[in-house]
Amino acid sequence: MSVLVYIEADGGAVKKSSLEAVAYGAEIAKGEGSTAIAIATGTVVEAELAKLGKFGASKVLHVSDERLNDGGIQATANVVFQAAEKESANTLVMARSSLVDAIASRVAIKLGASVVTNVVDLPDTSNGFVVKRGVYTGKAFANVSVPGAKKVITIAKNAISPVESGDFASVEAFSASLSDTDFAVKRTKVEKAEGDILLPEADKVVSGGRGLKGPENWGMIEELAKSLGAATACSKPVSDMEWRPHHEHVGQTGIKISPTLYIAVGISGAIQHLAGVNSSKVIVVINKDAEAPFFKAADYGIVGDAFEVVPKLTEAIKAVL
Amino acid sequence: MKILVCISHVPDTTTKIKFDGNKLDENGVQFIIGPYDDYALARAVEIQGEKGATVTVLNVGTASTEPTIRKALAIGADDAIRVDAEPTDAMFVAKQIVAVAKAENYDMILMGRESSDFNGGLVHGLVGEMMGWPSIAPCMKLELNGDSATMAREIEGGKEYLEVGLPFVAGVQEPIAEWKIPNMRGIMMARKKPLKVIPPVEVEGVTEYQSFSLPEGKSECKMIDPDNIGELVNLLKNEAKVL
Ligand SMILES: Cc1cc2nc3c(=O)[nH]c(=O)nc-3n(C[C@H](O)[C@H](O)[C@H](O)COP(=O)(O)OP(=O)(O)OC[C@H]3O[C@@H](n4cnc5c(N)ncnc54)[C@H](O)[C@@H]3O)c2cc1C
Ligand SMILES: Cc1cc2nc3c(=O)[nH]c(=O)nc-3n(C[C@H](O)[C@H](O)[C@H](O)COP(=O)(O)OP(=O)(O)OC[C@H]3O[C@@H](n4cnc5c(N)ncnc54)[C@H](O)[C@@H]3O)c2cc1C
Repeated sequence: MSVLVYIEADGGAVKKSSLEAVAYGAEIAKGEGSTAIAIATGTVVEAELAKLGKFGASKVLHVSDERLNDGGIQATANVVFQAAEKESANTLVMARSSLVDAIASRVAIKLGASVVTNVVDLPDTSNGFVVKRGVYTGKAFANVSVPGAKKVITIAKNAISPVESGDFASVEAFSASLSDTDFAVKRTKVEKAEGDILLPEADKVVSGGRGLKGPENWGMIEELAKSLGAATACSKPVSDMEWRPHHEHVGQTGIKISPTLYIAVGISGAIQHLAGVNSSKVIVVINKDAEAPFFKAADYGIVGDAFEVVPKLTEAIKAVL
Repeated sequence: MKILVCISHVPDTTTKIKFDGNKLDENGVQFIIGPYDDYALARAVEIQGEKGATVTVLNVGTASTEPTIRKALAIGADDAIRVDAEPTDAMFVAKQIVAVAKAENYDMILMGRESSDFNGGLVHGLVGEMMGWPSIAPCMKLELNGDSATMAREIEGGKEYLEVGLPFVAGVQEPIAEWKIPNMRGIMMARKKPLKVIPPVEVEGVTEYQSFSLPEGKSECKMIDPDNIGELVNLLKNEAKVL
C-alpha cells in the first residue's frame, strides 16, 4: 500500500503546488502507516526531484520520456495509472492545474477509484474518509464522504502548508508502456509567455478591470506587479475585449485563484468576479467610486483615481522591498 | 454529423448561496444552463448552421430541470433527452451520459469544463475514458475539418493548439463562442421539439455530500487616504504581513 503523488514541473522546475501535493500525500501516508511516492513526467531537473524527499516523498519515480513534455492528457493519465499499479497505491494526490484537472477523472476510471476534486483541507479519517471541498464557485464548502478503497484527490492551493525537513529522496527511472492511441491528440503549437509567474501559482496578484480604459494603460499594472514579484490578472470584459490574454481572466468563468495578496484596480467587484478571487488572504481595492461593491469584500481600500494611485503605490513598495 | 451537448441546471451566477439544513435553499433561486455548458451549446448550434449537424441536449436531472432544457431547445438544439434522476455526483452523471452515448453514434460530446454548482471538472474525462475517446479540457477554440478537429486548449500562462480525430469529448470555456439568447421564434419552436425522458442506469459507490458550510465573512474594509499611500504599504507589511 502507498500514496502516489503526481508532480508537475514548469520549465524543468517542480511547481510549488506539487510541493503542497507531496506534503498532503505524506500526511495521508502517515495516517495509514504507508509511504508517499512521487511520480514525475517529462524533463525535470533531477536535483529538484530528489528535493521532494524533504517534503515527505520516500522515493521519486521519473518517466523521462520527452513525448510527455507536451503534457498530453491521455498519455499522462496512462503513466500515472501505471505508476499507481506498480506501487499498489490506494490514494493518488495531485495539485489542481490545467493538466491535472483534465487527467484526474481518466486515472480514476482506469483505477476503478472514487474521485474528488478541489479539496481544501486534509481528510477527516475518524469515520471513513471525509474531505472538505469548494463548491458553488467559491461561495460554499461541502464535506464529502468518499467511499471505496481507492481514491483520487485533487487539492486546491493552500490545502496544506509544506514544511521543508528530512532528507533527499532517491530518484528511480520508471518506464511506462505507451501506445499510439495515447498520443492520438497531437500538439501542433504552444503559445506561452516564458519566464512569467504563472497566475494559479502566484503568491501575489495585481489585477486590472475596465476602469483602466484600454490596453495601453497596463504598463503601470505591470510595474506594480513587478515591484511586488506578482502575477497580473484581469476581469472578464478586459479579456473579452482582448486588452489582455484570456489566461489572465479570473472569476466565475475564468481562473480561480487564492494568493496571499490580491490587488484589484478599476474593477467594480461583480459577484462573478469575486467568485474567482474571494479566497485570497488579503484583498486591496483601488477604485474611484466609493460605492463600488468590491470594497465590501476587501481588507484595505483606496478611493481614488488609479492613474494617480498606482504609480505612487509602486514607488512606496519599491522603497520598502 | 451528430453532436451531444450535456447541460447542467445550476443556480444563476448572482445567487446568494444559502443552505436549508443539508440542501441548497432554493427559495427565490433562478436556475440557468451552466455558463460553460452554455458556451458548448452555442458552439454546437454554430456547427449545426455551418455543417448541418443535429444537436441533442442531455441533462441528468429531475422534472424541475425541464425549463432549462426547453431554453436549450429554444437556443437551437434539435431534440433533448432527460435522464430522470436526482444526480449525486460526477460519476453518476458521467455513467448516465455514457449509457446514452453508447446507444447512439455521436461524432462528438460537448459540455462545460466544469459545472458552476459542484465544480467537479470531471464529467468530460470520465465520459472520455469510459467511451475510449480523447477528452480535451478546457477547450477554448474548436474548428472542424472533415473527420478531425483543431482546438486551442488553455494551459497555465498561455494556450496550446491540438489536432484531434473524431469522435472526442470536449469540456469547453470561452472564447469558443458567444452565449446565444433565444428569440421568440426559437421559444415557440422549442415547445414542439422532442424531449425524451428515460430512466437512469444504476450506479454504485458514489460520493456522499454530508454537509455544507459558508466561508467566513470578511471584517470591515480599512480605508486609506490616497494621499497617504505609505500607510497602505505599512499595513500590508506590519499588520497583514503579506509583504
Ligand atoms: C455568467 C457570468 C459569468 C461571468 N464571469 C465573470 C468572470 O469570470 N470574471 C469577471 O471578472 N466577470 C465575470 N462576469 C462579468 C461581471 O458580471 C462584470 O460585468 C465584470 O466583472 C465587470 O468587470 P470590471 O469590474 O472590469 O468592469 P466595470 O464593472 O465596468 O467596473 C469598472 C470599475 O472601474 C472603476 N473605475 C473607472 N475609472 C477608474 C479610475 N480612473 N480609477 C479607479 N477606478 C476606476 C469604476 O468605478 C468601476 O467600479 C460574468 C458575468 C456573467 C453573467
Ligand atoms: C436537486 C439536485 C441535487 C443535487 N445534489 C448534488 C449533490 O449533492 N452532489 C453533487 O455532486 N451533485 C449534485 N447534483 C448534481 C449537480 O448539479 C451536477 O450535475 C453533478 O454534481 C456533476 O457535477 P460536477 O461538478 O462534478 O460536474 P463537472 O464535471 O464539473 O461538469 C462538467 C460538465 O458536465 C456537464 N454536466 C454536469 N452535470 C450534468 C448533468 N446533471 N446533466 C448533464 N450534464 C451535466 C456540464 O456540461 C458541465 O459543465 C444535484 C442536482 C440536483 C438537480
